[in-house]
Amino acid sequence: MSSEWPLWEVFIRGQHGLNHRHVGSLHAPDAELAIRHARDVYTRRNEGVSIWVVRSNDITASSPSDKGPLFEPSNSKVYRHPTFFDIPDEVGHM
Amino acid sequence: MYAQMVKAEGARPREEMTPEERAFQDRIDRGEKIEPKEWMPEGYRKTLIRQIGQHAHSEIVGQLPEGNWITRAPTLERKQILLAKVQDEAGHGLYLYSAAETLGVSRDELLALLHSGRMKYSSIFNYPTLNWADIGAVGWLVDGAAIMNQVQLQKTSYGPYSRAMIRICKEESFHQRQGYDILMKMCLQGTQAQKDMAQDALNRFWYPSLMMFGPSDKDSVHSAQSMQWKIKINTNDELRQKFVDQTVPQAEYLGLTIPDPDLKWNADKGGYDFSEPDWSEFFEVISGNGPCNEERLGARVKAWEDGAWFREGLMAHARKAESRRAERTAAE
Ligand SMILES: [Fe+2]
Ligand SMILES: [Fe+2]
Repeated sequence: MSSEWPLWEVFIRGQHGLNHRHVGSLHAPDAELAIRHARDVYTRRNEGVSIWVVRSNDITASSPSDKGPLFEPSNSKVYRHPTFFDIPDEVGHM
Repeated sequence: MYAQMVKAEGARPREEMTPEERAFQDRIDRGEKIEPKEWMPEGYRKTLIRQIGQHAHSEIVGQLPEGNWITRAPTLERKQILLAKVQDEAGHGLYLYSAAETLGVSRDELLALLHSGRMKYSSIFNYPTLNWADIGAVGWLVDGAAIMNQVQLQKTSYGPYSRAMIRICKEESFHQRQGYDILMKMCLQGTQAQKDMAQDALNRFWYPSLMMFGPSDKDSVHSAQSMQWKIKINTNDELRQKFVDQTVPQAEYLGLTIPDPDLKWNADKGGYDFSEPDWSEFFEVISGNGPCNEERLGARVKAWEDGAWFREGLMAHARKAESRRAERTAAE
């Protein structure tokens, strides 16, 4: 049996209240050590205040070939952007 | 550079490309990033594995010549700084191995290839670090040359590789500055003996540092394909020239002399003319016959083998804990 430690994806939330962000991956035997390794590698310079780790195998990803059907429909929906609307200057900030 | 001799595969003029290959090349030409699991030519994948793998190996083997001085650093502060720097390099190796793994090669496979000598690491790490000034020279020159290479690679076409480079570049300038700072202390405030040590370190590390950029463009047969794929952005000679132009004034500031009697400012090209390193030495070192190849690879293999019981033990513990958890959930 291979003794290679499984792969984990690491997510870190920085100081300023933003979402956890994917920063990279690492190998670790279990979740607890994955967090410790993530601390040692990815937060060496105050990059974070919270860490999530998840087994890479447990991530379901959209397939590159679905890019079209998934993301193209929003291209034609320009009215979803505030810049679509012309608001007269007299109205003030909106 | 950290990947000095990467054999590129699958070079093909546009007319001979399949429609898929042409569409792929168009994406690269448009500056799009290629992401894992997207279609890519087999040659692109293989070339990247070689290049990222060599780069990763260089990061971790590069810890050895500096690690040698952690216990001998002249002050506690220097020791802490060097330790932090060497720890960073372990992280760099990790980011790069992770990037390579997205291409379908496992970490264990990559390490096995390194340990059996079938994959290379940078020739620079096969030179010894004989005294404390060498640690200064390594940070200044070796990390300096690495930065030169890695800055351009942030724009490389493969997403995970580019992201790894961005992370690495953020950490590298600390590396170079701590090295230069060591030499400033020795050269500007030190004794004559310390200045002599610094000069001696520069004498030994100058040409090996120039070799880090790989063979001269006229001899790098694989560069063109790698550049077409944007796996490589600048040629070896372009980067070497930039490195020399940047480094000469830094040496002057320290009062050190670059060990090249033919080094001369060339106003026409706006850069220095300089002597090429001895390429036969480079080919000897990269193929395993440098002063420290055996020692470096030996240390890697020993660390890997000595750590096997520990890696396996932790894995066995994790499996047991998991099956206990599963039993408990089943019983509930
Ligand atoms: Fe590094
Ligand atoms: Fe470095």
